[in-house]
Amino acid sequence: MIPQVSIQSLALSRGGRQLFSRLILNLIPGEAIALVGRNGAGKTSLLRAIAGLIAPDEGTIAFGDIDPAEAREHIHLLGHLDGLKSSRTARDELSFWTGFAGGAAGAVEAAAARLDLAPLLDLEVRRLSAGQRRRLALARLLAAPRPLWLLDEPLSPLDAEWRARFGEIMGEHLATGGMILAAVHDPLPLATRTVEIGR
Amino acid sequence: MSAVSTLLARETALAWGRGGGPMVAVGFYAGVATLLPLAVGSEPERLAAIAPGAAWVALALAALLSLDRLFERDYEDGALDLLTLSPVPLEIVCAVKCLAQWLATGLPLAMAAPVAAIALGASPQLSGLVVACALLGGLAFSFMGGIGAALSLGARRGGLLTAVIVLPLFVPPVIFGGGALASLDAGLPWRAGFALLGAYAAAAMALGPIAMAAACRNALS
Repeated sequence: MIPQVSIQSLALSRGGRQLFSRLILNLIPGEAIALVGRNGAGKTSLLRAIAGLIAPDEGTIAFGDIDPAEAREHIHLLGHLDGLKSSRTARDELSFWTGFAGGAAGAVEAAAARLDLAPLLDLEVRRLSAGQRRRLALARLLAAPRPLWLLDEPLSPLDAEWRARFGEIMGEHLATGGMILAAVHDPLPLATRTVEIGR
Repeated sequence: MSAVSTLLARETALAWGRGGGPMVAVGFYAGVATLLPLAVGSEPERLAAIAPGAAWVALALAALLSLDRLFERDYEDGALDLLTLSPVPLEIVCAVKCLAQWLATGLPLAMAAPVAAIALGASPQLSGLVVACALLGGLAFSFMGGIGAALSLGARRGGLLTAVIVLPLFVPPVIFGGGALASLDAGLPWRAGFALLGAYAAAAMALGPIAMAAACRNALS
């Protein structure tokens, strides 16, 4: 488990352009932070830096007393690229990512049921609509529990009903001591702290 | 470890379907082996002399053909990001991908290799060594080729770039394997060439994943 995330005086740049500097952010269990900022402000880059995919120019990202390399296995990253192969069935993909992320085999069905995916599991991923595909990506978060969720525009393809239901799911994650950092343009459907980056 | 076996099962299934999988690789191999007599002339003596080597070069080309999408699709659809968020080191992930690639194309090609060699006029008693060389050589091609595939990530027309990076790395196994086959054909000692091929394959399997993982991290950052 990751006890907390503490980001100290972080500076990130992409393609030679500095996105932001001196960013300070603390995330504790049970807390959700909505990252806001204009397009290109560096929200996605910040999430990728926390996931260890981008090295920061300056500053540190610490996970309590956990080694950053080890912390990766406690992180779920959900971006607009969902890693789902369109030629495979929803069941194959969900089972694979659940197994690879260390979830139990039985968790797949429960997660699929929670996101109303049960009738869709035997379809190829390419047959799913954008919203159904996003729900399939979200089902991974439930099937393989990990404390830190890094979400990049998690709501965008979802309809109003599913936005509300995903809000409930996020609430349950927080209630069990989870942490959420979400880059959003629309407000998240649950009470959160908002951090604006790239001003 | 269950995460590794899950990954191997998925990667093999994907490699089996990727660009037609084993049938296309074997078909390409058959095509090159058929083209050769048309180009050099069909006199049996001349063909028989070059048959084992020609089958071997065609094998290297067929292996190359199936390599270029090894990492590309996972890079494009975000799966490579998620593969790094795991207790399984990225080096192991890369090794598993290459192994799956070998299972899906290297093994079928090794089964096809003696057929092609005999069709070109090689002596049937070479078949055992042809299969053994193709199996080991295929491992070397997959693991060395994976380095090229990882280095060309994100480049436009990456497939062509992969070929340019990888072909020099294919030179040693082609020399060692071809040498072993020619020696056996001429009744000379062939074990040295075969042992060098095995050593090259072992080195590729040990060092290739480190280079591939570094190239993937670089492409993702």
